[in-house]
Amino acid sequence: MKYLLYTLLGTVFGFALVKSEAASWYRAQEMFHFQNFHMFGIIGSALVVGIIGVWVMRRLSGRETLEGPPITVPTSDPRWKTHWKRYLLGGALFGLGWGVVGLCPGTIFALTGAGITAAVVVMIGAVAGTYLYAANSAKIPH
Amino acid sequence: MDHLFNLLSSPWPWYVAGPVIGMMVPLLLFMGNRFFGASKNFEHFCAIALPEKVAQCSQRSGYNWRDYKWSLFFVAGIVLGGALAGWVFTNPEPIKLTAAAQALIQSYGIQQGTEYAPAALYSLSPRNIVLLLLSGVVIGFGTRYANGCTSGHCISGVAMMLPESIIAAIGIFGGGVIAAWLIVPLLF
Repeated sequence: MKYLLYTLLGTVFGFALVKSEAASWYRAQEMFHFQNFHMFGIIGSALVVGIIGVWVMRRLSGRETLEGPPITVPTSDPRWKTHWKRYLLGGALFGLGWGVVGLCPGTIFALTGAGITAAVVVMIGAVAGTYLYAANSAKIPH
Repeated sequence: MDHLFNLLSSPWPWYVAGPVIGMMVPLLLFMGNRFFGASKNFEHFCAIALPEKVAQCSQRSGYNWRDYKWSLFFVAGIVLGGALAGWVFTNPEPIKLTAAAQALIQSYGIQQGTEYAPAALYSLSPRNIVLLLLSGVVIGFGTRYANGCTSGHCISGVAMMLPESIIAAIGIFGGGVIAAWLIVPLLF
């Protein structure tokens, strides 16, 4: 039952990514050239709803989740002050890929479902990149 | 019924899609303290494909993909949602770009149709396969390095006001702007 609900939430998310055209390379170019409010509106309004939702969840913390354990809203990893490089550099690397192919992890999966073979190729590369990172993480600045 | 079908098929404005996406953050917390994000699934795929090399797929101590079954169901849902949007409730019209964006893509010599991306980039020519694979590697490496992507950092983490997510969001948009202005023009 719980897995059915997770699948349902994912379905709504994937549907929204394609229907809002957030999965489109054209919209990504428009966004990074600051030529349209559309993508900023999606991320901005998602954030507003997310902030309100997190506030509500903080008020409910301690109550049971549907799965049982009490609601706990994640807090910041205190190591960020010394490990800020990983967030900035890792984010920038990911951003480079997003800007070129117009796909982020969420839309890679959504366009895979829409039958776009190019998204499958990007996904294979992303799994390889994950391996490359974890296998070499000790050697790069964090 | 026709009305509902048309409503689901037509493109969603930002003020519908954004709140729907934002609702994922509290709903997943409410379900079972799950953190809304997509990129960690690459670790799970890697660990499932290479069971002997789990340590090279995730640097987390005690990592086991079986602890993330919820996430695999969530990602199966994303694929299913993409399939419904792409095959059943297909938008028959080309994406309506702003005049400025139209001028930009015309300067690249792209004729826009109803596709998600120009064929010059997504058709599976040898050059494009290399380009798509390389971009994928950078996306996978970068999201694991930063420990999150657009969903995990820009939406979940920033909604929780996590400083590390704000730093990551700055990096992500910086990288995207550099790619769109300096790399993409070289591809066409």
